Amino acid sequence: MKIIVLVKEVPDTWGERRLDLETGLADRAASEAVLDEIGERALEVALAYADAHADTEVVVMSMAPESAAATIRKGLAMGAGSAVHIADPGLAAADLGLTARTLAAAIRRIGFDLVITGNVSTDGSGGVLPAMLAELLEVPNATALSSVEIADDSVAGTRNIEGGTMRVRASLPAVISITEALPDARFPNFKGIMAAKKKPFETLSAADLGIEPEDLSVPWSIMTAVAEKPPRAAGVKITDEGDGGTRIAEFLIENRLV
Amino acid sequence: MTDHPADPILVVLEATPGGELATSAAGLLAAASQIGTPAALVVAAPGQAPSLAEQAAALGAERVLAVESASTQSELTIPHVDAVAAAAAAVAPQAVLVSNSIDGRDIAGRFAARTGAPIAVDAVGLSRDEEGIVAHHSVYGGAYTVDSAATFGPLVVTVRQGAVDARAEARALALESLEVAASGAPSAAIESVEAVTEASSRPELRGAKRVVSGGRGLGSAEQFALVEELADALGAAVGASRAAVDAGYIPASHQVGQTGVSVSPQLYVALGISGAIQHRAGMQTAKNIVAVNKDPEAPIFDVADFGVVGDVFTVVPQLISALAERKR
Repeated sequence: MKIIVLVKEVPDTWGERRLDLETGLADRAASEAVLDEIGERALEVALAYADAHADTEVVVMSMAPESAAATIRKGLAMGAGSAVHIADPGLAAADLGLTARTLAAAIRRIGFDLVITGNVSTDGSGGVLPAMLAELLEVPNATALSSVEIADDSVAGTRNIEGGTMRVRASLPAVISITEALPDARFPNFKGIMAAKKKPFETLSAADLGIEPEDLSVPWSIMTAVAEKPPRAAGVKITDEGDGGTRIAEFLIENRLV
Repeated sequence: MTDHPADPILVVLEATPGGELATSAAGLLAAASQIGTPAALVVAAPGQAPSLAEQAAALGAERVLAVESASTQSELTIPHVDAVAAAAAAVAPQAVLVSNSIDGRDIAGRFAARTGAPIAVDAVGLSRDEEGIVAHHSVYGGAYTVDSAATFGPLVVTVRQGAVDARAEARALALESLEVAASGAPSAAIESVEAVTEASSRPELRGAKRVVSGGRGLGSAEQFALVEELADALGAAVGASRAAVDAGYIPASHQVGQTGVSVSPQLYVALGISGAIQHRAGMQTAKNIVAVNKDPEAPIFDVADFGVVGDVFTVVPQLISALAERKR
């Protein structure tokens, strides 16, 4: 079984995140970069399966600037067998269509039985990429799974849909995405960090994948404006001195909220 | 009514397991009517289309294309994508609007990839400029606003649920049955669907005017009852942080935040919630925010209009009795 897990470097949500108001791109210098937690959970699903099935190959893959290599390496330290990093300055402003075409080309090149992704990234909150990849790879999608059972020839799970829960099953190869309901990822240990240095780490350019990043004959989604919202004005903050509840009630009454 | 409006917008509507239009339908049709003439697509189990179409017309669809197919009950995503492809061919839309729900994202993603159409995700509104349709986004937990548009061709847009408050005027029902050629794309099989009906007299979280949410600070599932008591005193819906859901205090359907429900109520009360950005992303567009937390450094205080540094177990009971006093 060959499992490709898509991971992403994102600005740490515990710090301030900034957009460059000139380019509209993420200001990577403004905040610490981390491996997106939902991608770590996706990797945990693959590693847990590999723990129980020795002939499993787990590949972490990411499309990100060259500077993200160290973050992607964390996936190797956690236990993935190899990494594929698509790094190309020409892809810096890629929209979702170009991102999907590029990732699909890399996934096809590596070969796969199962692709696992997070349901939505912390930064983009798009959540459409798993389905786009499934369409381009001509395989089924089973998204937003809150439980995952991988078998030799299929993958099944539960998804919480609006107004109910649904059980789905897809034959392999397939693309799945998982939610935060799945377990936290393991921490890389010292042994894993040392082993990661010796694991295969492939860096690919768009040209390696036969992708022309500046192909303007296909339609693009482009950013036409970006602006910072004025920060929310700081409100009143008091320390409870025995009348905290009463003060809240007064605030609610004054503002006609009750 | 003309046969071919100059500015058709295709609106993909979802149906619930119970055969009703999803609550996102009204906002989607309103958004479409602000930028063009809404043509709705309903894809339903056999027998369900006429009632869904009537609901769609009442919410502003100028015409309704209907597909009835048993495969929607047994195959995930693909029957819907095939239907959207057929509808887009029939309508020649300037934009395709889909709800940014779990299924909506899949339908929009596969349709965009199949047709090579550009896609804009999680829009909070739409407008038109001299060059065409513009999608508006609120990103990084609402800290920035970003506009996006297609270089050419129709833009596929997923619209954030509950983001569009406007409502379109009802139209007379113009129902057309749509023939769909199956693409044969491989799909996941739907093995079962269980409708969840939560018996509760409280308002539904999504769309509630008032929300009281609890976090890890409540300490246990038993003590989480305090959140429910205050919610009942205020006639509010009950929400929770992911930490409270992870700790098992309350089911995941109550989770407010980036991966849970986004809310935009008149009043949001956060009890024992630290306010990680993922949570703030789901609630900071609330008109008024009240927070109670022991930790004076909790980030929730950065967005609170009225914050109390204190113990929820002394502050909240006092608040509840003050509210009861007032009602007397």
